Amino acid sequence: MSTRRRRRNPGVAYPDVKGTLRERTVDALRDPTLADNLRTAGDSWGAGREVMKRDFGFDEMRDRARDIRRSNIRNMPALLAELQSNVRANGGVVVRAAGADEACKYITDLARARGARVVAKSKSMATEEIKLNEAMEHAGLEVVETDLGEWIIQLANEHPSHIIAPAVHLNRDQVAALFREEAGTDDVPTDREGLVAHARVRLREKFAQAEIGISGVNLGVASTGTVCIVENEGNARLVTSQPRIHVAVMGMERVVADWDEAAHILQVLPMAAISQDAANYVSLITGPRREGETDGPEEFHLVIIDGGRGALRGSEFEEVLSCIRCGACLYSCPMWQNVGGQAYGSPYSGPIGAIITPLLEGPSSPGSRDLPFMSTLCGACGDACPVGIPLPDLLVRARARSSSPAKRKAGLAFRVWSLLWRRGVTYRLTMIGWRLGLRIRGRGGWVHRLPGPGSGWTKVRDMPSKWPPRR
Amino acid sequence: MRTCLSDAVAPKVWKATRRALERAGVDVKVPRGQTCCGQPAWTAGHPDQARAVARHTIKVFAGSDEVVVPSGSCAGMVIHAYPELFAGQPDEEDALDLALRTIEFTQFIAKHDLDPRAKACGALTVHDSCHMLRVLDENESPRDALAKVPGCEVREMAHTDQCCGFGGVFALDFPELSGRLGEQKAQAAAATGAPEVVSCDLGCLMHIAGRAHRTGIPIRARHISEVLGS
Repeated sequence: MSTRRRRRNPGVAYPDVKGTLRERTVDALRDPTLADNLRTAGDSWGAGREVMKRDFGFDEMRDRARDIRRSNIRNMPALLAELQSNVRANGGVVVRAAGADEACKYITDLARARGARVVAKSKSMATEEIKLNEAMEHAGLEVVETDLGEWIIQLANEHPSHIIAPAVHLNRDQVAALFREEAGTDDVPTDREGLVAHARVRLREKFAQAEIGISGVNLGVASTGTVCIVENEGNARLVTSQPRIHVAVMGMERVVADWDEAAHILQVLPMAAISQDAANYVSLITGPRREGETDGPEEFHLVIIDGGRGALRGSEFEEVLSCIRCGACLYSCPMWQNVGGQAYGSPYSGPIGAIITPLLEGPSSPGSRDLPFMSTLCGACGDACPVGIPLPDLLVRARARSSSPAKRKAGLAFRVWSLLWRRGVTYRLTMIGWRLGLRIRGRGGWVHRLPGPGSGWTKVRDMPSKWPPRR
Repeated sequence: MRTCLSDAVAPKVWKATRRALERAGVDVKVPRGQTCCGQPAWTAGHPDQARAVARHTIKVFAGSDEVVVPSGSCAGMVIHAYPELFAGQPDEEDALDLALRTIEFTQFIAKHDLDPRAKACGALTVHDSCHMLRVLDENESPRDALAKVPGCEVREMAHTDQCCGFGGVFALDFPELSGRLGEQKAQAAAATGAPEVVSCDLGCLMHIAGRAHRTGIPIRARHISEVLGS
């Protein structure tokens, strides 16, 4: 189990997603409720970020967060070894999984060996990446998502639309309808507090039955072998303390050296994610219950996933490993703000998702190879990132690495373009031809339809044949 | 640098840029053999094709003290992307040298405190192109330059830092999403009550104006050089 092979994760993107990426953007743009819900979320995040900058010097905090994470990635093998030996010294079990299959198999085997039937989960992107829920359900386990947003999308049978706010694309009325359906009664409140209270009652019943609690990991602190779990609802604390067994699933890049570093990142994370200077709950878990202690799980298992991450160290994409999964780049992104996360077809949406999904899957994977192209490269994500990942530059590099039929076709055109435009004479000839075309096709100063690749332009807009363009 | 977009749809833009600079007393040369900075292929994921064209651009501008570009995006390409595009190449030094000599048009005006002595204009709104704003980290130089134009009243639109949705090849690959963003931008511009939107980037303007025309949003578009070189 501890072998680390350089293997790609074949299925990070969701296999059940319909249509091409562009078709999914078109569908999302047709939904006015979605646009309203996303706009509300994006605006509120933007206003919060301004407060963080003004009141806490957030921009300066980012510099240190970036330096910490860069150093973590550079020292990752040593830090992981330290984390691993300290978790074991604390009485925990550590498993290094090369990919989704190994991780899922370990966890389902464990559940079977312990005779577990119900599993309570707190929010985790790593488990979403490895499709753990499907694997557990396939193994006959009942899986209950206890994070409010995750539970909502579990009820809606949908994929998450945001890294930390999975149900952000739904509004209160839509959530109330789902709760009515689940409870089998119309007697469900419709106000915000009432909905939360209703969910709490329904979910507490499940906690009592769960033999295994599964959580993600925000940070693994190497120096003490501690995993940190950040949340606002308190459900993760229950998941990690109530059931007899706690399994924490962690992407290998989430390791930090010590508490000095952890303290800074634990502050930057909620600031970047939800514009709060501290999260409501930060659970620090250092091994299972010890002798003499009255609570905590009897067993603690830490599953550390490579899933294609290890191979990124030392590559031109290494910086993505700094990511702390705050979701700020999603909120800041005009693409995400208009189509939401589900259109991306991957657990990881927005700019970071458009980069890491094809990196983890491989450049020719049909589910993700077009993702890096769904960006105007406006750079808002780079400004939003709390750990200084140059997301716009990485999007361009991800495009160069991508391999898809559409790109191959465009590649042919660019080869011709490059031959013609590397000389002044041939360049001028193409310009004469183009301008002649505009003149011939122009009506009242505008061209309404262009052939070939230009049809993408005139599908939604006119091309000015005279400048300045007429109204 | 004329820029390929100006050659393709609006030669008036580079001519106005030259006029504004010459009126301010700058000795301007427009090298005849110039083509394109290479950005279209670079952002489309074809660095080799981009480099071949960029290499030509480096040669064409080898003799100039400063290379003034009426586009935040093309200037950003040379300044920010050439170092990566030419890393480890035999002509890396030349690429870095051009990057150091390249400057966007309104930044050049601010740097040398020039007055292009433009004709009076009325109310307008300014669109901050993303590459100007985030690659060159600049939103003051266009406004400072417009402040010198008699009668010019800049009416700021809502969400000035929001992308217009052009994005080069993105506009062709995802037209519906690009169009939605363009419409939002054109509406924000029209909502200021100003009759025209002005920007340092022709790409954004073609897109905003083209979408506004298609959807009937009442806003005209003009490059900032046309205002300053009027």
